Amino acid sequence: MVRAEHKSLALILTRDLASNLATPLFIVDPEGTLVFYNEPAEAVLGKRYAEAGELSADDWSGAMFDPQDETGRTMRPREMPLGIALSEHRPAHGRMSITGLDGLRRTIEVTAFPLFARSNEVAGAVAIFWEDRGDAPE
Amino acid sequence: MRGKIWGCRGSLATPGPDTVRYGGNTSCVELRMRDDTLIILDAGTGLRPLGVKRAHSMPSRIHILLTHLHMDHLEGLGFFAPVWDPNIELHVWGPPSPTHSLGERIERYFSPPLFPVQLSDVPSRPVFHDADGAWEIGAARVSACSISHSGPTVGYRIEESGCALAYMPDHEPMRGKDPRTVEPEWLSGHEIAQGADILLHDSQYTAEEYEERVGWGHSSFEHVVAFGQVSAVERLIMFHHDPMHTDDELDKKLAYARTLWGGDGPENAYEGMEFEL
Repeated sequence: MVRAEHKSLALILTRDLASNLATPLFIVDPEGTLVFYNEPAEAVLGKRYAEAGELSADDWSGAMFDPQDETGRTMRPREMPLGIALSEHRPAHGRMSITGLDGLRRTIEVTAFPLFARSNEVAGAVAIFWEDRGDAPE
Repeated sequence: MRGKIWGCRGSLATPGPDTVRYGGNTSCVELRMRDDTLIILDAGTGLRPLGVKRAHSMPSRIHILLTHLHMDHLEGLGFFAPVWDPNIELHVWGPPSPTHSLGERIERYFSPPLFPVQLSDVPSRPVFHDADGAWEIGAARVSACSISHSGPTVGYRIEESGCALAYMPDHEPMRGKDPRTVEPEWLSGHEIAQGADILLHDSQYTAEEYEERVGWGHSSFEHVVAFGQVSAVERLIMFHHDPMHTDDELDKKLAYARTLWGGDGPENAYEGMEFEL
């Protein structure tokens, strides 16, 4: 019997949490492969996860979402909060803009952190993000 | 591989006239490999009679695999006769923790005021190991994987000669949801159970009881049947019976589970139950 690629319990429970939140969440595995984003994230990223499916780190951190910093410079994967969380194993926060899969450009604030499983290995990383529509109270 | 169940009650030892047929001792399963390696799954109160009845056939090296450290899976350890024998080589395996070793965590129970003797004074001088990944014990190939329960918990898969036994006495595969609602690779415990010849699995609650206890780390009858079918197991043995469930209620639970399964597939674990793979 060919076994399916099983996810770690840390990822399973994180997805369970994400599925029950109204906050956009984006989850990657230890290799940086996108393994899930929730419904609120779908509204920002412009496509249902069921349609997008798993994406390699090269795909989601590159031209697909065209991430740019506040000066309009294209960000490299390791400059993005999720890339920092995964490669440096520490939390990171940033403001950036992306182009959703619906073609619309959006500004977002992102907080990312690594997931350490019980035996202390990195099980992946999570990005929580908010779309900045410029309507925040002054 | 031959096996015998010495305890299959969940949460609390439950002796008495209402639990005579299925038994009141908490989780403990004996496995003997073809090379006579002894592996014991969990150290509930069933471990005490195992030590008594097997006194004359006890090997000098014993492996106890703990799924987690809740008392109903641990409290038999101090009453297992070989623990007090300096000629026994005792290996205890359990879920890893990033903050405390397995021995340090077990010592919280195995020391005053909860227990009269310090763990460091135990004659068999147990050796503690993190249960993580896969390894060999005698003729057995053992795999451990973190599963969904309250606190650090692992499920075990024991393989020998192409046969597999999966053991998850405390497990809630999907919190509040039917296990069939997610892809199998996202299902807690599926990696351990997939295609097993025998699955011993948590079956603590009725659907009504589960509604009130979502997130407590246990399964409803409906969910364990669904989990067994999603995992394509050959034989599903429902384990970890709720201490409030009498023998008669467990008979009804079994009949209901078989209706859900669509045949005679599920069985209720009972003390003294033996199996061979």
